[in-house]
Amino acid sequence: MYVVALKMLMGDRLKYYGLIAGIAFAAMLISQQASILVGFTKQTGAFIRDTAQADLWIMDPQVRFSQDRVPLRETMVYLARGTPGVAWAVPLFQGFLRARMPDGTNFTLILVGLDDASLTGAPPQMVEGALTDLRRDRGVIIDAGTSARKLLMKNGGQRPMRVGDHFSIMDHDAHIVGSYRGRTSFFWEPVLYTTYTRALSFDTHARNMLSYVMVKLAPGADLETVRRALQQRTGLASRTNEEFVQITADYILNETGILLNFGFAVLLGFAIGALVAGQTFYNFTLDNLRHYGTLKAMGVSNVQLTGMVLLQVGVVALLGYGIGIGLGAGLGLLMSVSGLAFSMPWQIPAVTLAAIGVVCVMASWFSLRRVFALEPAVVFKG
Amino acid sequence: MLPDRPPPVVHCLGLTKVFGTDDNRVHALRGIDLDILPGELIMLVGPSGCGKTTLISVMAGILDGSDGICQVLGEDLRHLDESTRTRWRRDNIGFVFQAYNLIPTLTATENVAIPLLVRRESRTRALAAAREMLDRVGLAHRAGALPGQLSGGQQQRVAIARALVHQPRLVVCDEPTSALDHDTGHQVMELLREVSAGARRSLVVVTHDTRIFAFADRIAHIDDGHIIDMVDNHPHSRPDHPVGVSAP
Repeated sequence: MYVVALKMLMGDRLKYYGLIAGIAFAAMLISQQASILVGFTKQTGAFIRDTAQADLWIMDPQVRFSQDRVPLRETMVYLARGTPGVAWAVPLFQGFLRARMPDGTNFTLILVGLDDASLTGAPPQMVEGALTDLRRDRGVIIDAGTSARKLLMKNGGQRPMRVGDHFSIMDHDAHIVGSYRGRTSFFWEPVLYTTYTRALSFDTHARNMLSYVMVKLAPGADLETVRRALQQRTGLASRTNEEFVQITADYILNETGILLNFGFAVLLGFAIGALVAGQTFYNFTLDNLRHYGTLKAMGVSNVQLTGMVLLQVGVVALLGYGIGIGLGAGLGLLMSVSGLAFSMPWQIPAVTLAAIGVVCVMASWFSLRRVFALEPAVVFKG
Repeated sequence: MLPDRPPPVVHCLGLTKVFGTDDNRVHALRGIDLDILPGELIMLVGPSGCGKTTLISVMAGILDGSDGICQVLGEDLRHLDESTRTRWRRDNIGFVFQAYNLIPTLTATENVAIPLLVRRESRTRALAAAREMLDRVGLAHRAGALPGQLSGGQQQRVAIARALVHQPRLVVCDEPTSALDHDTGHQVMELLREVSAGARRSLVVVTHDTRIFAFADRIAHIDDGHIIDMVDNHPHSRPDHPVGVSAP
């Protein structure tokens, strides 16, 4: 009877493709919106991950996300270095600064100042030049991946800034000595790296300039013990890379409403998908109700009918799901090429499959209710 | 001494069927007494709503009678639970419908094979038996056609093949010729008689079609849930014998 069920399903090509399209649309909508949300979430932690060469970030307890600058006294670096279990601790500067391109285009950048001696916290991959070029006079490095958009000279230059260009940061001359490739960031402002000392020389308006102290644990040191000691000595908060990524993501997603908006979009995708797929399958069942009645009259049991309906639903669900995820991933690739947030870890296809499963179970439940309630005597009604 | 009479295939005594409750009660059958013998073709005729279809539904185990007796093939169907009755129907009853009720996405062979597939026979055997049955109804050459590619008469012949492929003891037919022209209707009835005759299979045919009355062994006239008249056609008056019986 299962072959009969499949032939009933596939025999009417238009309805069959309509069913698959409904499920595919639902799968695409759910997976794509969820992937954009995950993409945004990942982007919020881009700076932290690019800089994650230490075990702990020491920061003011009021810091809510990675770009939330609450300056610390520089003595905190020394206090951290003197804490048992700490292998090394280096300062890190990070701040939003005003800058001007050679053609006069004004823009805001995020400047990251790395420890002069070790350059700890540097981005993972250099594209042009060497990291040590930061030690050259007025040297800064730019993000090669985003410079075309974020460092475009709009007031006559009509080209992005590139290695070799001079420009000004807070009216101080800066020289681009290299470029790196970093993760795509949630924040629009371009991220430029320089040394810690030079970063302070660019931003001279405050007394306390230190943003973070990056701490590496000594081999064998217990993380929690060191954290407690650091907290006692400095009175500051310490966070692992993952914790810092998490609080940054939580803050940005919640405060900007992204979580609500995309969460709603995912739910909407689920609801629309459920309606489209459920309605289409329900209509398919209604269209075939007479045939189910005939089969019931001829002695097909409710168990057999359930098996037939579930097989039909299962086939369209799997095909629709596969096509939907494929389309979602394809569109996502196109989107990510153009710089938009998109990330599809394995959990998204898995959750989408579960969601499609729920949609299909609902659709089959409604359909089966009609089939079960069907009096076989309906077959005698002309 | 009376000759041995075979036990009836259908034995109804005081059979009633009531739909609805309280003020909405509708008496579809009001005490039907009827025996149908093996090999007999009986027609149920009467105005719309008189209870014909309800009667064959009860005989086929699709509906329960409300009161009285309805034994089919020796089984009192009211004593069977739903799943047992479904299996009983699967094994013992063949159906021919007014609108053929063929599944449009299955070929003629596949449609005919359904009753065997329902009985979990192997697909190969079921299709082979279906092809054989299609051959018997003269449609071997259209075995691979979809219902939409067949004429009305051909579809009804496929439906007849489907009704008989699992060798049921009782076949119920609901207006089998009403959608067909005179000649085709005649051919369909001849076919029904022919493929049933050797197997001592009983046929119950609900019809309005006076043109086919001559094929019946007996004609039960039903009105308002009662059998008001029973016309007995003698064997020699059936169409294979030239003396016909005029329609009442």
